[in-house]
Amino acid sequence: MTDAALPPRHMVRPVRALGAAGYAVCLAGIVNRELLRFVQQKERFLSALVRPLVWLFIFAAGFRSVLGVSIIPPYETYVLYEVYVTPGLAVMIQLFNGMQSSLSMVYDREVGSMRVLLTSPFPRWYLLLSKLVAGVVVSLAQVYVFLAIARLWEVEMPPMGYLAALPAFILTGLMLGSIGLVISSLIRQLENFASVMNFVIFPMFFASSALYPLWRVREASEALYLVCLLNPFTHAVELVRNALYGAFEPTAFAVVLGTTIAFFALAVVAYDPGRGIMGRRGGPKGEAA
Amino acid sequence: MNDQEAPALEIRAVSHAFGPRRALDDVSLTVPAGRFVALLGPNGAGKTTLFSLATRLYSTREGAVRIFGHDLARAPSAALAELGVVFQSRTLDLDLTVSQNLAYHAALHGLAGRPLKARISALLHLVGLADRLNEKVRTLSGGQARRVEIARALIHRPRLLLLDEATVGLDLASRAAIVDIVRKLVVEEGLAVLWATHIFDEVHPQDEIYVLDKGRIIAHGSADEVAGGHLAPARTGAEPPAPEGATAALEAAFRAMTGARAEDAA
Repeated sequence: MTDAALPPRHMVRPVRALGAAGYAVCLAGIVNRELLRFVQQKERFLSALVRPLVWLFIFAAGFRSVLGVSIIPPYETYVLYEVYVTPGLAVMIQLFNGMQSSLSMVYDREVGSMRVLLTSPFPRWYLLLSKLVAGVVVSLAQVYVFLAIARLWEVEMPPMGYLAALPAFILTGLMLGSIGLVISSLIRQLENFASVMNFVIFPMFFASSALYPLWRVREASEALYLVCLLNPFTHAVELVRNALYGAFEPTAFAVVLGTTIAFFALAVVAYDPGRGIMGRRGGPKGEAA
Repeated sequence: MNDQEAPALEIRAVSHAFGPRRALDDVSLTVPAGRFVALLGPNGAGKTTLFSLATRLYSTREGAVRIFGHDLARAPSAALAELGVVFQSRTLDLDLTVSQNLAYHAALHGLAGRPLKARISALLHLVGLADRLNEKVRTLSGGQARRVEIARALIHRPRLLLLDEATVGLDLASRAAIVDIVRKLVVEEGLAVLWATHIFDEVHPQDEIYVLDKGRIIAHGSADEVAGGHLAPARTGAEPPAPEGATAALEAAFRAMTGARAEDAA
């Protein structure tokens, strides 16, 4: 009945090689699935947009008079507070997105589609990397829609800045996604997203240069200044902020790249079937200790 | 490579522990190429753990798993390419269509393009869902979703199919349809199948079965032998028992072997 599709077994065989084309197909498939799911979840897109817009329209407008921002690089003149916070808000979108995809990894693990993913014959690090890239693609869509709306609100960057910031956004997306991956390997259950908000998202966001320049923080507290300086999110924001004005910040680049590599390596270990969480406590419900 | 002689699945002296609790203890089983083998065991016997090891969700620490001779720990890629799996939990994306779900899985095996389209429609034909190609999985019944999962598991032309409680939670007709599809694949396509279940009427008297209980294999043989060996005094005639009788005999033998917990499983 299905001779064309299922030829006799003895005719099939030689072990299929997973060539470069196969790798590309795999990546495209994973990205495509993430995009399809994203398009399906309209509320998710909406809330991903509303969050930074609330900050921009309400918080930043309210603080406009309180917080003037003096001339600091990359700005060449005094800027409105809205202009100052916009890069930070764009990276905040990626922060939420990274944590959300980590949440979806936990969800996938619970419902089992993670199991399906891991039966792929491609190396596990490659599957994780593909997941990461898929998350970044989704976050880029959100970021640029946000920047377009901000532009209507007269938060304008130099036109070339939008293009120059693309590699920066890709790198910061990968960094936040890898951090999310590592966190996903640490949480056992879905309900813990609230803790992720409390212990990861809020501290990372507030203890950074997203909402206020670091020299302002330093005036308030030297210790807090140090914390902000050590926070990779600060460097992600600064990398993007500079890129949006066509400038390159080497320190920020080095920190973001280093953090990405370190956390991705950790994630690969965590998802290694012989070592990390999978072996230790990935046991199925009812059979785990 | 002695690909021809190697069994489809060879699990050799595998043990696995979660913390102090041993989920599997020195388990060995073999699924010959092109054969249907059933793994019977009550819930919590260790079936799902065994499946997790056989699909490399986590690695085997004691013992070895080989798929057509490829060691899962040393040559995972070659081993996984030969393997199709239907997990106990539902693993389709409900908001995506049937064809999107299948294409995603094909991509995980590096497959795309026109031959894939043909493959997908042939497989949906095989499981009797050719007309549901562009419908969202959410609109399918439980039995239909399971059949899509079987199609999905076969998309990369594996020679070994593992099914973990594939019929759990389905009505009688859906269960029968799924059992029929899988048995037909064994006969017509030479697929090797490991069928884990705790439902006895899915097992035929001449099937090779392993009985898993508390993480150990406690019986192995044809279903008939396993049932007969434990209920020898109760049997009267020399002729093989009727199918219903065989089912009842197997169930009784299973109860005797595993204790009352079989009732929890039912």
